[in-house]
Amino acid sequence: MFRKFTLRVPRLILALALILLGAVCIFTLGKIHLIIAEKNLTSLGLLAGGLIFYIGIVLVISMFESETVLSIALLLPSMVAVAIFVYSFIGWSIRVSLSKWKGLNPDFTWVGLKQYYILFHNNPRFVIDVRNTAVFTVGFILGCLILGLGLAILLDQKLKGEALFRGIFLFPMSISFIASGVVWGWLMNPATGNRITGINLIFQTLGLKSFISLWHSTPQPWGMAFTVIPAVWQLSGFTMALYMGGMRSISDDLREAARVDGASEFQIYRYIIFPLLQPVTLSAVIILAHMSLKIFDLIVALGNKDIRLDVPGIYMWTTTFDGTNYAQGAAIGVLMLVSVAILVVPYLVHNMRTETQL
Amino acid sequence: MLSKKFSWGFLSLMIVAILVLSACGPAAKTPAPTTSTEVEVFSWWVGPGEADGLAAMVTVFNQQYPNIKFVNAAVAGGAGTNAKAVLATRLAAGDAPDSWQAHAGQETIATYVTAGQVKPLDDLFASTDFGKVLPATLLPLISQDGHPYSVPVNIHRSNVLWYNPKVLAAAGVTANPKTDFTTLDAFFAVCDQIKAAGKICLSLGGPWTAVHLFENVMIGTIGADKWNGLWTTPPTTDWAGADVAAGIANFAKALSYTNADASTLSDWQPASKMMIDGDAAFNIMGDWAYGYFANPAPNGLALTPHTDFDWAVSPGTYGTFNFLSDSFVLPVAAKHPDATIAWLTVAASRAGQEAFNPLKGSICARTDCNQALFSEYSQDAAKDWASNVVVGSLFHGVVAAPAWVTSIGTAIGLFQADTSKTADFQAALVAACKADGTCP
Amino acid sequence: MTRRVLTHTLFYIILIILAVFYLLPIYLMLLTSFKSFDQVDLKTMWSLPTNGLHIANFIAGYKQLAPNINNSLMMVIPEAILSSLLGSLNGYLLAKWKFRGSNLVFTLILFGMFIPYQSILIPLVKFMQAIKLYGDIPGLVLVHIIYGIPITTLIFRNYYAGIETEILDAGKIDGAGLMGLYRYIMFPLSAPSFAVVIIWQFTQAWNEFLFAVVLTNQSHWPVTVALNNLAGSQLVQWNVLMAATLLAALPTLLLYLFLGRYFLRGLMAGALKG
Repeated sequence: MFRKFTLRVPRLILALALILLGAVCIFTLGKIHLIIAEKNLTSLGLLAGGLIFYIGIVLVISMFESETVLSIALLLPSMVAVAIFVYSFIGWSIRVSLSKWKGLNPDFTWVGLKQYYILFHNNPRFVIDVRNTAVFTVGFILGCLILGLGLAILLDQKLKGEALFRGIFLFPMSISFIASGVVWGWLMNPATGNRITGINLIFQTLGLKSFISLWHSTPQPWGMAFTVIPAVWQLSGFTMALYMGGMRSISDDLREAARVDGASEFQIYRYIIFPLLQPVTLSAVIILAHMSLKIFDLIVALGNKDIRLDVPGIYMWTTTFDGTNYAQGAAIGVLMLVSVAILVVPYLVHNMRTETQL
Repeated sequence: MLSKKFSWGFLSLMIVAILVLSACGPAAKTPAPTTSTEVEVFSWWVGPGEADGLAAMVTVFNQQYPNIKFVNAAVAGGAGTNAKAVLATRLAAGDAPDSWQAHAGQETIATYVTAGQVKPLDDLFASTDFGKVLPATLLPLISQDGHPYSVPVNIHRSNVLWYNPKVLAAAGVTANPKTDFTTLDAFFAVCDQIKAAGKICLSLGGPWTAVHLFENVMIGTIGADKWNGLWTTPPTTDWAGADVAAGIANFAKALSYTNADASTLSDWQPASKMMIDGDAAFNIMGDWAYGYFANPAPNGLALTPHTDFDWAVSPGTYGTFNFLSDSFVLPVAAKHPDATIAWLTVAASRAGQEAFNPLKGSICARTDCNQALFSEYSQDAAKDWASNVVVGSLFHGVVAAPAWVTSIGTAIGLFQADTSKTADFQAALVAACKADGTCP
Repeated sequence: MTRRVLTHTLFYIILIILAVFYLLPIYLMLLTSFKSFDQVDLKTMWSLPTNGLHIANFIAGYKQLAPNINNSLMMVIPEAILSSLLGSLNGYLLAKWKFRGSNLVFTLILFGMFIPYQSILIPLVKFMQAIKLYGDIPGLVLVHIIYGIPITTLIFRNYYAGIETEILDAGKIDGAGLMGLYRYIMFPLSAPSFAVVIIWQFTQAWNEFLFAVVLTNQSHWPVTVALNNLAGSQLVQWNVLMAATLLAALPTLLLYLFLGRYFLRGLMAGALKG
């Protein structure tokens, strides 16, 4: 790996200067505060110091002229950051979930799997949560993929006003989850008779009486399915953007060649574009899955912590912060992660296998 | 043609430039001076009225303690983005504010006193007149083992029955809610009349308002003493007994008179509005609703009391004041303990409470405030506060620990889906009491 | 030709119906934000504001948000730029410079996306205190960048995976190294992905509340905390809140319109090959 080493003096001088500068930055700012024009710039200086130091190191490594070594060196900061901010914190959560920490003061007394037993044993709320998450995740991912791909194909037709439509479809994403939950709660009001309002009122005015719905107050599990609507409304635009990005990376030459060969537009999508969009679909599924399994604000704003629309994110929140039962809350969090692992990891592995075969 | 080299120096310079630009770009904010004393107070008073009330109390504080800087770390508590989580995280990470807001009663005791995060306030209560001007029945509710742990700044009443006199008149109701609803049955008889007239009898809002309704129906059914008996250790009122069963039956009946879309409503406001609009006759809600009805725009509907709306106490609770209170604590880990004492002294003082409460729409915890400063409703409530039997609210954190309230809320939510399952509901209440450790 | 006109008309009809669906809630928000407080009512949600448009809601909303907008901009702009650069680099390395175990590294990084943030607040605050980045905006930027690594890496990696490796081989023959290939071939091809990632990271950081309120102190709170603080503990002025929500969404909207052009810029590949 380190066979070749070419000394480049100017680069080495720059590298050493950066390493020194970075080290000095970190060392001094760890001890004293940096205040410029009455602004406390200590934390910024610390970050900049770390970055300068690291760039110096990479400069030295780049002289080894081994692509693998350089590649690993460039990935290393991300790997270290993820190791600390994700895996060490997950480890902490697992440890807490095996303790009896209840109340504000940490208590790491070992109780084994007791917290998990409480969750699984005769706990109607947890059953509701699992069912609701399943309904929501399936509906949300399918809804976003279908609508997002449809929108991307429509906007791929080089129609006039493409920019305007793209803006309209993306706009919901810029609205906070809480505001959108509230507004959709208004729109999906199930009141009848002279108090009829929201979308039901529109249906009534249009004479579409059979469409009038109880929305998310429909008896479960179908009520939960309606909570997918606001979520799809917010994220299908982003899914569209992902697909559009993917379609732009497919060169026009390829399509043109197919057209010359006599392929119809439909066949071009079916046999050329869709297969090439598979990695984008993977991105979309993972991004949407991570949102749906952690969904919290939207459901709180829409369902107002109604137990019938409960999800693990809300259960964990109320257990941890309202009930200050940290151990139990951590157990819910760990179970959420485990369910992700069960659902997503086989998919990832499968996808990578097929990819290497290609 | 491709350039063979990649300019490392260029990349480094670019990144450093981004960092420097982002630091020196937008306008500067001066960091808080660390030399003089300050008091960082964490509250959830950010909305209309309450933020003004806090500002008025801070003005009083600044007059009395000009050399202490007040840092207002207020975070809204609503809609899932909860102030409590911020506070809990800061406390667990050892970064306690100098004082924070908590509902008086078990919410403070179970959360902060049990964890040893706050100090008893015997000295403050002894050195000021505060302990002497509180209703006698209040002190036990905010104390643990005889020591008070928080300074209640304001009092809200939970058991208020708001009603629309026009709807009652149109339905031909002759009963007077202020005197005739001595039992829930008397109330239900009127409900039948209103239902027959094609209106909703009792408007209900989002899920938490069902817990609010539950506590007031239960108190109205079993009375103040038995209600208090539910929360003693061990309970002197049997959770599995006939009293609670009667309360549950009344609760189920009350729910049958409510609007079907209740669970989808965002909060209490749309339910109260339903009563104001004449679609419903009654609404049981805390007295913060008064400000919503009577305040001038833009914070209220500017309605006229007694003609557009009127109030009584909730059915069966005459002579009982179901209260909740916002209070402040003295943290063990306060960075400026003297400044905290100063803040608590102002919060307990007549001047502080008279500045805060008229704007907040609550009444003073003290019974000696100048009533001329307050609205007609508040004057009414203040009289009851000084003379009634005081009991504590369940949903608003007085009588039960937050975890217990959560499990009762869950049970109520499941019960709402099918109100015929009264036995399951009562069993869930018994289990919730056991899980809390209060029931053996 | 007529068939083409027909299909295009059909496409427009579908697009317009969908646009109505997407705009309906926005319309309701706008309607509400121009109403006076006493007109905010479920029953009359579709009726137009009476007594003129209540611009005062927007002024009240702006007053509440203004002090914190600077903080948000100072956080989001460096965050979005650095985060997308880092993601692009990671994605490039993981897609085109595979080494033994690089797929495992990718999977491990990716899994970080699923961590429920509410459950790790306490160790996070403690760690940020330990490295002295607690309470200020740079610390928040760092946290957003780090928790953005999985998603930015994923988007870029899968985007680069769709680009033929032959393009790189041509560059290698010309003698470019790992970073040279990135700077002169991959980076110019990445415009659509940068657009997507910046849209995502900007929106996430701009709308994020939990980290913001926990990791910064009161003088550095970004705009979400101010927005959240518009809702009182008992009374909510929906008209002002909707006005403020729309105001807070404006910078993001402007960014979307600005970045939209870059979706069209993805076809440099053809030019390079030719």
